Formats: sequence, C-alpha cells, structure tokens
Amino acid sequence: MKFGVIVFPGSNCDHDAYHVISKHVGQPVDFIWHRDTDLSAYDAIIIPGGFSYGDYLRAGALARFSPVMNSVKEFAARGGFVLGICNGFQILCEAGLLPGALIRNRDLHFICDYINVRVETTETPFTNQLQAGSVLRIPIAHAEGNYVCDDATLEALKREDRIVFRYCTGAGETTSESNPNGSRDNIAGICNPERNVLGLMPHPERACEDLLGSADGSGVFSSLAATLAAHVSTY
Amino acid sequence: MKAKVYVTLKSGVLDPQGKAIQHSVELLGYGGIADIRQGKYFEIALDSTLDQDKAREAATRMAREVLSNPVIEDYRVEIES
Repeated sequence: MKFGVIVFPGSNCDHDAYHVISKHVGQPVDFIWHRDTDLSAYDAIIIPGGFSYGDYLRAGALARFSPVMNSVKEFAARGGFVLGICNGFQILCEAGLLPGALIRNRDLHFICDYINVRVETTETPFTNQLQAGSVLRIPIAHAEGNYVCDDATLEALKREDRIVFRYCTGAGETTSESNPNGSRDNIAGICNPERNVLGLMPHPERACEDLLGSADGSGVFSSLAATLAAHVSTY
Repeated sequence: MKAKVYVTLKSGVLDPQGKAIQHSVELLGYGGIADIRQGKYFEIALDSTLDQDKAREAATRMAREVLSNPVIEDYRVEIES
C-alpha cells in the first residue's frame, strides 16, 4: 500500500502526515507537488493542513484549482481513499468532494488547543478500528473551522451516517460549550456518500505519540492501514 | 471595460466579523444599527473588445466559479464601460 501527501504552496502539516505514515503506519509515502497529476501509484491520498495559497479569497478556495485536484477528484471517483485534514477539509469542501463549507470561527479567534471529539460511526475506512462513542483528545488549529450546511444537507449527513466526528466534552456529551468554533450540530468531520473521502478539522496526525501529548489520533491511520491491507489483498 | 463583483454572505449565514465590526462602531457612539454584514468587492479589468453581454457573461462565470462559494455566498455583477 502506498500513501501520497499533497503539498500546496502554504501547506505546513505535510511533514507531520508524512512522519505518521512512514514511522507509525510503517508504509511507503511520497510528497506530491500540487502541479503533479499522476496519482496512479497511490492507494490513499492525504490533503494536509496549512494555509494553501495563504488562505487568499477563502480558505481552500484557490487550492481547488491546482492541477492535482482534478486527479484527486478522479482518484476519489475510482474509489481511492482521500483524507483531508484541517485545510485539507476546507479544500475538499471548496472542491465539492464534501458538502457544506467552513467559515470563520464563531468567536473569531484562531484556536490552537486540544479538544475532544466523539467517534460517531465506525462504518468508514478511517474509523473501523475505533470504538463508536469513544472520545478522542486531538488538537485543533484553525480560524475557519465553523462548519455550515443547509438543512437538507444536514439531514442527509445524519440519515446516511456520514457525520464521523462531533466535538464533545471529555465525557462524550455534545454540548454548545464543547463546540470550539460554532460548527453546526458540533460537526468536526464528515465523509462522502461513498465513504472513501473524509474531511475533519482536528489534527489526528499531531496526536500519534504520547510524547506529543496524545496518541488518540493514531486510530484514524491504523483504520486506514487496516482498510488498505484488506483492500490490497483482494486485488 | 470594467466588471464589479460584490460577494456577500447569504442571509442566515453567521458573520462573526460583521458582528465584531458592529460592536466596535457602536462603541464609537453610533446608534441605530440593526446589523452589519461584511462582504467582498472585486474590480476586474476586462478586454475592451468585449461587448457588454460577453463581459457580463465572463464576469458572472468568474463570480460563480471562483469569487464566491455558492454554499455560503451570493454575488452581484455590474458592468461599467
């Protein structure tokens, strides 16, 4: 199985993602410059956090037009696994691969802090090694993480079990106080209807070692690795 | 030929920046403000050989596909010759 981490001008969590895949997942991984378009060598693509194009116009809006994004769309349409973290989530929404949008945090601040998220579904390639209802302590670092969508989209997300993570208290309650940025329905991460594209604002790649304060994010990568191992063996 | 594009948040979409601006303006002593919403304004210099309709078509396409995000924003296009 091979992973690719896309690098836009302004990406800054690309090395974190690379580190986690090579060190913790123990699998080959490449950086992919945003002007490259050949993704045929990869089984999973990570769109990392950062400030692609300086967040000009809207967060993620300009990255959508990078040449690699057409390839990512084709890759996802073929069933390839795509994980968008933070700015990666914003890019996936701007590109139309995930519904809704991420707007300025409710209280305007850039928030860099540990938060709690509840695992809402294990029926995804990214959470199948986690426990439903379990609480992960993972950092966030964003100014535009306030998830918005219309009522019909929210209903579809709920009906199709596509809300993957919700902000919550340490005890797992989804309260308004535990919602750091004002996201609708405490949404921290969602997947597409085919479930092979996940976007989330928290940074699981920054929480894979106890030395860094939490290893709770590692379950996302071990789930993806387990999915790919099963996938590859069926080829 | 110039296109002016105004991008505004859809009604109902929270605008925390607008709220903060409103608060500051009120602190200065201005009263009677029901709401302030912040938007974006673009001036696009277009090829002078384009006619009005073509210019409007081009600017509208840019507004729809790049300058605004239809999930959260509306746009308005004006053409100035």
